[in-house]
Amino acid sequence: MITKRIIPCLDVRDGRVVKGVNFLGLRDVSSPVALASYYSECGADELVFYDITASAEGRKLFTGILREVASTIFIPLTVGGGISSLDDFERVLTCGADKVSVNSGAIAHPELIGQAARRYGNQCVVLSVDAKRVNGRYHVFARGGREDTGMDALEWIRRGIDSGAGEIVLNSIDTDGVKRGFDLPMLADVCAFADVPVIASGGAGCAQDFVTLFREVPRVDAGLAASIFHFGEVSIADLKDTLAGADVNIRRVRHE
Amino acid sequence: MIAIIDYGVGNLFSLQSSLGRVGAQAVVSGDAQALRDADKLILPGVGAFGDARERLALTGLDEVICREASRGKAILGICLGMQLLFERSFEYGEHSGLGLIPGEVVDMAPRLQQGLKVPHIGWNALRMKRPEHPLFADVREGECMYFVHSFYADRCAEDTLATAEYGIELTAAVARENVMGCQFHPEKSGEAGLRLLRAFCGMEG
Repeated sequence: MITKRIIPCLDVRDGRVVKGVNFLGLRDVSSPVALASYYSECGADELVFYDITASAEGRKLFTGILREVASTIFIPLTVGGGISSLDDFERVLTCGADKVSVNSGAIAHPELIGQAARRYGNQCVVLSVDAKRVNGRYHVFARGGREDTGMDALEWIRRGIDSGAGEIVLNSIDTDGVKRGFDLPMLADVCAFADVPVIASGGAGCAQDFVTLFREVPRVDAGLAASIFHFGEVSIADLKDTLAGADVNIRRVRHE
Repeated sequence: MIAIIDYGVGNLFSLQSSLGRVGAQAVVSGDAQALRDADKLILPGVGAFGDARERLALTGLDEVICREASRGKAILGICLGMQLLFERSFEYGEHSGLGLIPGEVVDMAPRLQQGLKVPHIGWNALRMKRPEHPLFADVREGECMYFVHSFYADRCAEDTLATAEYGIELTAAVARENVMGCQFHPEKSGEAGLRLLRAFCGMEG
């Protein structure tokens, strides 16, 4: 049976990995290539790179780094950040990305999901959604969680899947950076109807949070986190030991 | 020299890089003579069966592949490339394949129990049917490989090397003499995938 996936996420700006806490106050961490190799050796099941560069120069730097990562690390790579056209898809896929994650670009141009799915296949299109509770509903936020679009997150995800999104990354702004666990109620609400893989993001603070995630919301396929991995609070190898001990089906890496 | 067959589908960057990593000399080519000159061939593929089959026919590479196969050259199909080795596929209509391995490619969706997602995407463990096969020289029962597919090869039990369990047994790797295939992506399956590629590259002939 398919294993649950553990996915470290690397935010890259001007060629360096950074991670925001509640999306504010970015801290520089390390080199993307070094971090990616390290994670791959420790048993990460996939890597997600978000390009949070605004300038054209930084973007060029990013694709160079992506190419270097893709020629060094042989696990699936998902790339997001600033993807708003089919040209953007082409640009990162050519550099070795396997999947492309769309967020604000899909909010501005919803037809992009279907266009990309038809050209590259549903499995290539990941819809990333930043959601937050507003007046008892989940709202979709754009621009890195700064702008309330007023759109209902569940409806937006349903529409994204119907249009061809092959995977959903659900990032709860309510739990992001708080490190008290994933947003289980929000994830359960999405998993109740999503018939594509759902990746939980936002809130992981310790290994037990992943155990709770996969136990409480069994239809979640993967857990994504950044800072707890980057700062060594949780090592992926230890996390996988913990999950295996809790009878969660995960991939073990053979070391000799 | 190993030739990765370029017929205009998919991105071959990772595959070429992974072969470099295992120390193999690999060239990406759609040139018939280059494929004839190569010691081994890799047939990659992503997307829909019908499109890929048509491109192979338009470029005439289908005949080159079949001729090289009949001469005994080692060929490894990956993902859709593996599916193309079979006799036919039922993806968006019925299409004939290269017919190098008996069997057919069918939609998994109607055969799965309720609640299982399609595509079958992620890491799944290999169940060895023929663990002694040289492709598995350094891969063991239970090791995980990375899969992304909605169709799978069926009616090919005789040539099946390994399966993956997804409520049903999905064909994961096949071989009929010098013609081999894997449904998973070895170039995206971490160390285990690289070990399989290294074994393929090191095979005799």
